[in-house]
Amino acid sequence: MRRRLVGRLAGRLGLRSRLIAAFLLVAAVSAATTATLTYREARSVILQQAQDTAVSQFRDQIATQHLTLPMTATSLEHVCVQLAVQGRPRPWIVFGEYGKITASSSDHPTSSVVSAQLRRLTRTNAHGSFQRVVKGGVPWLTVGMPVMFGEGENQQRTGIVLYAVMKLDTEEANIDAMVTAARDGALPALAVALIPALLAARSVLRPVRDLRRAASSMGKGALDTRIEVRGSDELADLAWTFNESAVELERSVEELRKAEARARRFASDVSHELRTPLAGMLAVTEVLDEDAERLDPDTAAAVRLISAETGKLATLVDDLMEISRFDAKAAELNTDEVDVAEMIRKTLQRRHWEGKVSAELPDGTRAMLDPRRFDIIVANLVGNALRHGSQPVTVRLYAYGGTDGGGVADGAAGSLAVEVTDAGPGVDPAVLPHIFDRFFKADAARTRSAGSGLGLAIALENARLHGGTVRAANGPAGGAVFTVELPVGEAL
Amino acid sequence: MPRVLLIEDDPSVREGVELGLRRRGHEVRAAETGEAGLMELTSFQPELVLLDLMLPGMNGVQVCRRIRETEETSLLPIIMLTARGDDFDVVVGLEAGADDYIIKPARTEVIEARIRAVLRRLADPGGRRGPEFHGDLALDRSGLSASKSGERLQLAPSELKLLLYLAASPEQVFSRQQLLESVWEHSYHGDARLVDACVRRLRHKIEDIPGEPRYIQTVRGFGYRFGPL
Repeated sequence: MRRRLVGRLAGRLGLRSRLIAAFLLVAAVSAATTATLTYREARSVILQQAQDTAVSQFRDQIATQHLTLPMTATSLEHVCVQLAVQGRPRPWIVFGEYGKITASSSDHPTSSVVSAQLRRLTRTNAHGSFQRVVKGGVPWLTVGMPVMFGEGENQQRTGIVLYAVMKLDTEEANIDAMVTAARDGALPALAVALIPALLAARSVLRPVRDLRRAASSMGKGALDTRIEVRGSDELADLAWTFNESAVELERSVEELRKAEARARRFASDVSHELRTPLAGMLAVTEVLDEDAERLDPDTAAAVRLISAETGKLATLVDDLMEISRFDAKAAELNTDEVDVAEMIRKTLQRRHWEGKVSAELPDGTRAMLDPRRFDIIVANLVGNALRHGSQPVTVRLYAYGGTDGGGVADGAAGSLAVEVTDAGPGVDPAVLPHIFDRFFKADAARTRSAGSGLGLAIALENARLHGGTVRAANGPAGGAVFTVELPVGEAL
Repeated sequence: MPRVLLIEDDPSVREGVELGLRRRGHEVRAAETGEAGLMELTSFQPELVLLDLMLPGMNGVQVCRRIRETEETSLLPIIMLTARGDDFDVVVGLEAGADDYIIKPARTEVIEARIRAVLRRLADPGGRRGPEFHGDLALDRSGLSASKSGERLQLAPSELKLLLYLAASPEQVFSRQQLLESVWEHSYHGDARLVDACVRRLRHKIEDIPGEPRYIQTVRGFGYRFGPL
């Protein structure tokens, strides 16, 4: 659960933030560890030194005192005062005990910081003992020393015990200063660590950013995108692999393109080659048709068949030529500013469709169109409706926007729509997405239609060449609805 | 029936078109190359040339130019035979002075219709006889000639027809489609480049400054009109 939460948080933070955070964490931990260890070591060294100095000084000074036994309270106090004056490294307060007699170098005859534990230790240890005590927030060093007489192995206790008490606040202040210094040093260290963190993040992120940019530009189709390979780390490996894959991808895409271009070239060449013999054949079909009457019935039927099929073949080859010009992006638009309603009326007239097709064509729509291509669009859609739908077939013209079209508010370049509807059963929804495919037959059983099988594909290509489109759908009443949408275009 | 010279290198097209036209009563002479076709011009004296654009050696555009540049044949009607998609050749051919073009493959009835259309005189608006004057231009509808400042203009058939058609209704604007229907007898959806190329050729012959036409004026977005002078 927590892991998932961390993962989600890490996912939300960028790689840069995570890298910098990790860097700072490491820097902080190492700074803190160093500071702690240094503090502990320095503290013990400082305190140890103070203690050792104090204990040995105290012992030496006691050794130089000339004591006469038995002691009186006055002489003990005298000894205490003497010792207190000579305190090293700092003055101390000395307390003396001799049986029931107690004396000190200060106003109080007994000390409140000398603990029972130190008294016990002092009694058992002839070389003296020490203890650090904190009383009222102030650190004290307390040293207990029994006074001995005699030399070497034969030393004996005199019964006098002396205690030295010394404030350690200077040492404490030194240690506090060290803590402050460590803290003050760690913050700039963290700030300084930010610079290598940023540099490292940059050095890691730049290849990643390059990679992202390159991948996105390849996605947009620039297959010649390559990344500069810097250094020899894992990211360089990744960049190298990316480049290798890009080369491979470019090669396969290039091969596909070439294969496609060859296929298109072939279709174009075939139509081109077919055209010349067809031109000769088509010119003489009339001769065949006229003379067929005078031939015997079988020959006449054969001759008529050849004549009719030659005509269809010529149409098919013409359509194939047209399509291959679209594929080769060689189709040209020869536009003229025309009256669209008049264009559609003439298309219907020329094919003697006025009786079969009803038209709703509001006047006054002018557009920049290629008249021949617009005629093909309308003729192919109406022809398709007449062949596959049922009458009545209706052609409607709509104009949207534009400066002088349709009476709608002027402004942005307008568009026009030509809608061809029939009263047939409509198009099977499963077939709709393929209806503009080349040689697509809605009815699989019908192997050949009266058209070339390219009519709708050509209509769509022609509309696209104008910057428009053709959509196929089924109307609410059931018939098929083909809608051509074209931009009206700039006026001449 | 008119005498037609067919210049076409492909034997099947040449024979097919020749046979088809002859069956319809045309007198046809076929030539295989541009050079052979130019030779036939003087011996055969054709009334119209059917010219394939893609010829070996001298190409169709060069033949077309040669015919237009030669004094005796400069007014000869020329129809180009071309394939759909050879758009650039069509433009160059039209600039070189061809009157019309036919896209191969075509039925004989289509070819013949084009021949008739090019050879047909414009319907006479009737009434007036004798030359009519427009600025420096003098147009003789019955004599089918035009002259500028007394000098006879060498106009190809399509150029003369276009000029006479536009001048018959001065200051009236005609769209390219209307001109294609009336002057070329094409469908309404014909190639407007025919009109534009013909206007350009005509302006070079009749205008004082072709770049600033007075007689054949462009009406942006609509078409062309004659005048106002």
